[in-house]
Amino acid sequence: MNSIPLFRVAVAAVALTWSVAAHADTHAVSQVKKAFAVSVLKAKVGDTITFRNDDEFAHNVFSLSDTQSFDLGSYKKGEERSVKLTAPGTIEVECAIHPDMKMKIEVQK
Amino acid sequence: MPAITRNRRISPALFVVFAFLCTAMALAAQTDPWLRPDKAPAPANNLPTPARVELGQMLFFDPRLSRKANMSCASCHNPALGWSDGLPTAAGFDMQKLGRATPTILNTAFNPIQMWDGRKSTLEDQALGPIEAGGEMNMPLPEMVTRLQSIPGYAASFERAYPGQGISTVTVAGAIASFERTVLSTESPFDRWRKGDAGAVGADVKRGFELFNGKANCAACHSGYNFTDNGFHNIGIRNDGAAYDVGRYAQKPLKAMRGAFKTPTLRDIALTAPYMRNGVYKTLMEVVDHYDRGGDDRDNLSMNIAPLHLTDSEKADLVAFMQSLTGAPRLVSVPMLPH
Repeated sequence: MNSIPLFRVAVAAVALTWSVAAHADTHAVSQVKKAFAVSVLKAKVGDTITFRNDDEFAHNVFSLSDTQSFDLGSYKKGEERSVKLTAPGTIEVECAIHPDMKMKIEVQK
Repeated sequence: MPAITRNRRISPALFVVFAFLCTAMALAAQTDPWLRPDKAPAPANNLPTPARVELGQMLFFDPRLSRKANMSCASCHNPALGWSDGLPTAAGFDMQKLGRATPTILNTAFNPIQMWDGRKSTLEDQALGPIEAGGEMNMPLPEMVTRLQSIPGYAASFERAYPGQGISTVTVAGAIASFERTVLSTESPFDRWRKGDAGAVGADVKRGFELFNGKANCAACHSGYNFTDNGFHNIGIRNDGAAYDVGRYAQKPLKAMRGAFKTPTLRDIALTAPYMRNGVYKTLMEVVDHYDRGGDDRDNLSMNIAPLHLTDSEKADLVAFMQSLTGAPRLVSVPMLPH
């Protein structure tokens, strides 16, 4: 008797997850000429940001923001690193190697 | 007479061509990323004036800004030694040996971030750092202000430079920064070549510049007119038994910053030996050899560093190129200090 409601809950959970995943976007941000290609990016929780190094030398991506902190490390030309957004708010993103390189991600719910 | 008439008819055309060429060269010089701007930038709240520069120069050379009144900014940033000190690492308070080399202040006015580890962002902020640092001039800032206020001759200079603002940490820092903004590189053979004088440098320099931008990969970090990306890199310098210096990591605790230091300018590089942040190399050839073998300490090495496989001739060209970045000597007057 109890197995049917549990099954329904499980199906609903899978459907909800699929629904959220279906609406999540991926945003590509190029790092080129020692700058992020965009200075402010609007995104939402669940979206993925992919940073691609289009310069001839190494870049790095990190954030020490209260909203979400991460260190994606350093990587060479042609390589990319991704981060999934987990909380709403503003994330300040920088390149540790080149402190002039900064951008913001404004994350909506 | 006819010949003269013909010349008169032709000369306006020649003048136009000449003017066009001059304009084109001037425009090229203005847009050349390897030629520095004529003026250094300054913040709106501390625009340089002759009075501020004059005051700043006095303070820069005044040993009374140090606790024991025996060392000034110029003790380490000596204009006779390329605005550095010629030592592997600096001599600080009571001549104690410090852990890092004294960086030149040449063209530092163009840098958006200061110090080997980038812990200061503005020249105004930087100017007070070594004064109050315990290992350097070791002077508590309130005591510095009190001491300067006790020197009658300074009052008029501060009033001219910062009317109504008095002697304070703000006006001391502002004046020193204003002077430092005048410490700029002079025209080098490299600059004359970039401006169109093909004979200003030899073929070795021109080959060296190509290597600098190509096979040797120097421009990955030493980029632009000041030959720095103002970035932070671990280039694999050996420590020779000294305690490991984490560098930028102390300011930004990120893995990539462990052992990373700010890229120094190469302007006037022939005057600022020994080289690297701990003065480990006496010559530019030793520097080139370091990069050629891909560094020594490979722990957390920058991805920009890898063995270069340069020939001896290529190494010599790179050294010739770097030497061409040194400008004509700039005369600096040591000011009379107020009493």
